[in-house]
Amino acid sequence: MIDLSKFQATGRETCFHGRHIGAQIYDGLDGSNWRLKEYVARGGYQALRKILGQDGGAGMTPDQVVAEVKASGLRGRGGAGFPTGLKWSFMPKNFNGPKYLVCNSDEGEPGTCKDRDILAYNPHIVIEGMAIAAYAMGVATAYNYIHGEIFEVYQRFEEALDEARAAGYLGDRILGSGFSFQLHAFHGFGAYICGEETALLESLEGKKGQPRFKPPFPASFGVYGKPTTINNTETFAAVPWIIRNGGAPYLEIGKPNNGGTKIFSVVGDVNAPGNYEIPLGTPFAKLLELAGGVKGGALKAVIPGGSSAPVLPATLMMDITMDYDAIAKAGSMLGSGAVIVMNDTRCMVKSLLRLSYFYQHESCGQCTPCREGTGWLWRMVDRIEHGKGRMEDIELLGSVADNIMGRTICALGDAAAMPVRGMIKHFRDEFVYHVEHKRCVVGTAVSHS
Amino acid sequence: MNFSDDTLALFAREVAKYPPEHKQSAVMACLAIVQHEQGHVSAEAENAVAAYLGMAPIAVHEVTTFYNMYNQQPVGQFKLNVCTNLPCQLRDGQAALDHVCKRLGVEPYGSTEDGVFTVQPSECLGACADAPVMLVNDRQMLSFMGPERLDELLATLKKAAA
Repeated sequence: MIDLSKFQATGRETCFHGRHIGAQIYDGLDGSNWRLKEYVARGGYQALRKILGQDGGAGMTPDQVVAEVKASGLRGRGGAGFPTGLKWSFMPKNFNGPKYLVCNSDEGEPGTCKDRDILAYNPHIVIEGMAIAAYAMGVATAYNYIHGEIFEVYQRFEEALDEARAAGYLGDRILGSGFSFQLHAFHGFGAYICGEETALLESLEGKKGQPRFKPPFPASFGVYGKPTTINNTETFAAVPWIIRNGGAPYLEIGKPNNGGTKIFSVVGDVNAPGNYEIPLGTPFAKLLELAGGVKGGALKAVIPGGSSAPVLPATLMMDITMDYDAIAKAGSMLGSGAVIVMNDTRCMVKSLLRLSYFYQHESCGQCTPCREGTGWLWRMVDRIEHGKGRMEDIELLGSVADNIMGRTICALGDAAAMPVRGMIKHFRDEFVYHVEHKRCVVGTAVSHS
Repeated sequence: MNFSDDTLALFAREVAKYPPEHKQSAVMACLAIVQHEQGHVSAEAENAVAAYLGMAPIAVHEVTTFYNMYNQQPVGQFKLNVCTNLPCQLRDGQAALDHVCKRLGVEPYGSTEDGVFTVQPSECLGACADAPVMLVNDRQMLSFMGPERLDELLATLKKAAA
């Protein structure tokens, strides 16, 4: 392979900028210290040693581990924000047969690039978090499903797995205890839908990634039809800190019901795009400041939780804090933590057009409302953008979105509908202007290329 | 199609990750290995992977056609995927695609006549803070690809072209 390293990211801009607040996952990283030796020097694998009763401690029972994670208030960092400890408690305890654990590193929600930096620069924190989770749920085998487009990160993770196996943190009878745990990396190959957990399971089984009907939920019927728990990369990465320091201190960071730190990928029109790990409940204004402020104009709008989250106008954003509950109250969602910032030269019709194209491209085609509806939405936004829209199209956009919402097997349909509803709710005037004047309200000279 | 011993060793490493009765889990990895070695996944290769894993050929074909990164047709020596999704678009991702196409004299999804380059727009690569971003031959992610760096990249690749 040709050496293209001079064109590759070093993490300096996105991760080692020194502007995290109370970082736990990204703490002390510099890009070169990802190996096991350095992770251990940072206090790594202490949590695993603690639960296994190493270093003279009493150890923790699986139930105690689950209780600690419940006490921490940790919520899923992948998009849905479901309480992690509660999810873990759904796994059957006395199941006769294999149970599985899966890490969802299929990070493809537009705007999101946090898990990539965790896996590239601190892979052992994910391995340790997964080993703890496996212990808590009585799981012997796990997979980390890694986004197809980040092959080099997949290779890095494989290397970290080899290190962990050689050091006795993975494999049979870990650190001489009775706990055995195997972890393997799986490399995806380009399908947004596989970020949906049951599509991911299908893909892991070597099939097309088409989501499954729920129920049954993965906790009873997961990979190979066996009980399975799936968590996001960042969720697993949060676990070692919780076990080392306790659930209560974790919950105290942030806000009630929104404990701990969260990594936000701040992208788009900011001067310093990157990942920022901050306590949940930090004001958006502070996060924007960390990311160097708005670039190229005044703040117009923000998509606060990845492209599937409804857009919010600047006035609303500048008043809210970055946590699950505050963003939900404002009418959007924290989602994956991708914060897409747009300045006042941006055309909202054009922005929605690109997102609508994406969703119709990535619909798996299984459910009629999504397969047909996402294409319909895209064609309508396309004609409005190109001066061929009709006034009734604006109502029709809302109607099609409403008729996709909640009528599909998985959340991709909702993910396509929510941006449409958000854009029309807050920026209806721009759609009307496009229809009436056959051009953009912000003027084509400054609209994005 | 017969695979070399080296290729079969790579396949075996993937198969070993899964329970013996679920060898099919390795199909995506095997197809990716084939693509890396042969440039694309032909029908013959699909059949051979199907035989190796004990799958129906159509089940393998379903995988090749479902996932975006498999090349179902031969592509240039260097496949360049430039992200144009919204976060990249806000940081000149579309301009990066246009620049590459213009420099190489191709339309999006097109290949240069000498067979060196294929250029494709792509969906989110998951590196949005580094925009504009692109992927070379599925494996190397390149960041902050403004016009000057793009020109330098194209010169580097042209020089390396076989």
